[in-house]
Amino acid sequence: MTARTDPTRVMVAMSGGVDSSVAAALLLEAGYEVVGVTLRLWGGESDSGCCAVSDVDDARRVADALGIDHHVFNLGDHFESMVVGPYVADHAAGRTPNPCIECNRHVKFGRLMDRAGALGFGLLATGHHARVVERPDGTRRIARAADSAKDQSYVLNMLDQDQLAGLLLPIGDLTKEEVRRRATDLGLRTADKPDSQDVCFITRQHGRGDFLGRRLTFTPGRVVDGSGTEVGSVSAVELVTIGQRRGMALAGGAAPRFAVDVDVAGATVTVGPVGDLMVDTTPVEAFSWADGPMGGTLLVQTSAHGSSDPAVLDGDVVRWSEPHMRVAPGQSVVFYDGDEVLGGSIARQG
Amino acid sequence: MEGAYLDHAASTPARPEVVEAMLPWLAEHPGNPSGAHAEARAARRAIDDARDLVAALVGAQPGEVVFTSGGTEADNLAVDGVVRSTGRLPVCSAVEHPAVLAPVAEAGGIVVPTDAGGRIDLGALAEVLHAVGGIGLVSVMLANNETGVVNDLDAVAALLVEAASDVVLHTDAVQAAAWMELEVACRGAGLVSLTGHKLGGPKGAGALVVRSGVPLAPILRGGGQERERRSGTQNVPAIVGLGEAARLVVADRATTVERVGALRDRLEAGLLAVPGTRRTVPVGTTRTPAIAHICFDGVESESLLFLLERDGVSASAGSSCASGAQEPSHVLAAMGVERGSALGSLRLSLGHASDDGDVDHALAVIRSAVSRLREHDPVGGSA
Repeated sequence: MTARTDPTRVMVAMSGGVDSSVAAALLLEAGYEVVGVTLRLWGGESDSGCCAVSDVDDARRVADALGIDHHVFNLGDHFESMVVGPYVADHAAGRTPNPCIECNRHVKFGRLMDRAGALGFGLLATGHHARVVERPDGTRRIARAADSAKDQSYVLNMLDQDQLAGLLLPIGDLTKEEVRRRATDLGLRTADKPDSQDVCFITRQHGRGDFLGRRLTFTPGRVVDGSGTEVGSVSAVELVTIGQRRGMALAGGAAPRFAVDVDVAGATVTVGPVGDLMVDTTPVEAFSWADGPMGGTLLVQTSAHGSSDPAVLDGDVVRWSEPHMRVAPGQSVVFYDGDEVLGGSIARQG
Repeated sequence: MEGAYLDHAASTPARPEVVEAMLPWLAEHPGNPSGAHAEARAARRAIDDARDLVAALVGAQPGEVVFTSGGTEADNLAVDGVVRSTGRLPVCSAVEHPAVLAPVAEAGGIVVPTDAGGRIDLGALAEVLHAVGGIGLVSVMLANNETGVVNDLDAVAALLVEAASDVVLHTDAVQAAAWMELEVACRGAGLVSLTGHKLGGPKGAGALVVRSGVPLAPILRGGGQERERRSGTQNVPAIVGLGEAARLVVADRATTVERVGALRDRLEAGLLAVPGTRRTVPVGTTRTPAIAHICFDGVESESLLFLLERDGVSASAGSSCASGAQEPSHVLAAMGVERGSALGSLRLSLGHASDDGDVDHALAVIRSAVSRLREHDPVGGSA
C-alpha cells in the first residue's frame, strides 16, 4: 500500500472566484502538484455563492488555463444533511445560524478534506483570506489575513491541529487588490469577477423568507415590549433576528425599537430600545479549539466582519469587559489571541 | 501510461473507416444537399447512400430515415412530433433517457414504473392503456444507457395492439444499435432513435426512423429538408460517418458481440470476485454485451472514478449533470436500488476496440482503488 498521503500533492477547492483561482496559480508556482476541485453542493435554484453552473465553468476554465486537472465533486447529499437541514431547523427554533461556517466545518474541511486524503493528497488548499501560522511549539493556528477588510479567519474558527496541518491558504498574505493584480497578470478570466458573499442556496431574487417558507410553516407572532405590552406583529417569528428593527408593524414616531428576544414556541418577539440590545454576558456552546480549551481574558468576535472585543470566557459564558451587542443564538462566537484564532463556539439561548 | 477507455456507452471513438469516409466531405466537397449543381448533387448522393445504410441497420425503408443532430433530437422529435400531430398524451418508462423523459413531462404525459431489472412493467403499462384515454405514443428504450438492460419490444407492441391499434411505439435504440439486430428487435416500433457516436460513428449525426403512416409534426421548421420532417442543412460529413458506421456494424456485429461479450463477462467476473461487490442488474436479465454495472459497498463512485482516471481508466457512474458532477441515477432509483448503493456504482462500457489488455488493466486498477478507498475513506460507506 502506498503512503496515505503525499505532501507535495495539493487539492485546491476552486469556487470559480478570483481568490481560489489565484490560490491554485500560486501553489503551482510553488512547485506543488495541483488538482482543482469544485464542489457541487446545491442542486436547486442558485444565483450566487459557490454553486452556480457558471461558477463551475469559470473554475474549469481557470484550471484549463493553468494546465491543471479539474474535477467536480457532488457533495449535495452531505450538504443537505449537514448544512441546509440544520439551517432550517435552527430557524424553526428561532436561532440565526451561519450556514457558511457549517459548510466549512462539515463539507469543505470535513468531507472534502477526508476525501482529499483518501485520494492521496497530503494537503487541501482554499482561497480563504486568512493565514495558517506555525507557533514555536510546532502547533498551528489560523491567523487574520493580510487584508484585514477581507479577513475570513472568523469562518475558519473550527479547525483543529489535524486539519491545520493539512491546510494551505495561499492568498492569506495578499491583499484583495494584490490578488486581483496577480489574476490580471496571469490573464485569468476571473480577475475582475465580483466577490460572492451570499449564501449559495438562497437566491438574491427570492431571499431567505422564500426559501424557508418552502420548508417551514411559519409562526405568526405577537411583538411585545419589555413590560409585555403588545406593540406589533410579525407574520413569521422564525424570520426575526436579534437586533432587527423593521418589519414588525411597530407604530412610528416613538424611539426606535429592536428585537431583543425571539421565542418561536411562545410565538413572541420582544422589542426594546437600543439600550436593551446591550448585554454583559453571552452564553455559548459547541466549542471547538485549535489546540485545546482556553479560558480567561480573550478577544472575542461575534460576526464575520465585526470587531473583536475583550472578554473573559468563564465556562460556557462570555463575560464582556464592556457591554456588548446581543448575539443572536446560532451565531458563531470566535476566540482570538491577538490576530490568531484560538477556537470557536456558538451563541445559545440564555 | 497504459490506459483503458471503458466509457463507450458515453461515446465511442469513430472507427478508422468512418473517419476516412468523412474526410472528403469536410475538406473537398462544399455542396449543400438541397442545391441543384453538381457539388450539391454529390452531397445529396452521399447522404442518400448513408440513408440506405442506416435503413439497412434498422430494417426500414430509406425514405423512413430522418437524419437529426443526434439521439436527443431524435427522441425530442419522436415525442413532440407525435404529440403535436395527434394532440394526444405520451407515455414512457421511468428509466428513459432525459431526452424522452423531459418532453413527456412537458406534455403532461405518464411515466410507467419498471421491474427490478429496469424493464418496463407491462402490467402497469396495460393498466395505463386501459384506464387513460387519448394516449398517442408509448416510448420504451430498447437498451438502457446505464445498465444495458433490454426491453422486449414485441411484448410492448402486442399490448399496444391489444389496447388501441393507433398508439405509436417509439424506442430509443441509441444504446442497442451496435449490439442488437434492430430489424428484429424494433419491428414493432413505429419510431426508432439512433445516434452515430454510440456505434463507432461521429458526434453530431443521428436519425429518427419514422415508419410510413406514423403521424409526426416537425419540431424544426424551415427549408423542409428530410421530406419536411426536419428542416436544416444536413450535416453531410457526420451523416456520411453515421452511414459508414452503420455499414460496419451490420457487417461484423455477430463476431463483435461474441468477442466483446466475452470481455465484459471476464471483467464482470473479475470485479464480482472482490468482496462487497454486487451486480446492479439481477442475474438473468437480458442485457447488451457491452456494459458491466457494479455496486461497490463502502465506496463512493466519485472517489473511485478519480482514482481510476489517475491510472488511465475512463469510466462513469450514474449520469453526469451539466456541471460535470455525478448525479444520483434515476435509472437505479426506478429499479429500486437503495440510494446508498447507487452512490457506489460504476458503469464500465466496452466497445468495438476493447481488448483483453483493457480488461486486465481495468481489473488491476479497480481492485487496488477499491481497497484503498475502503481502507482510507471510511466515511464513504455511510455517506
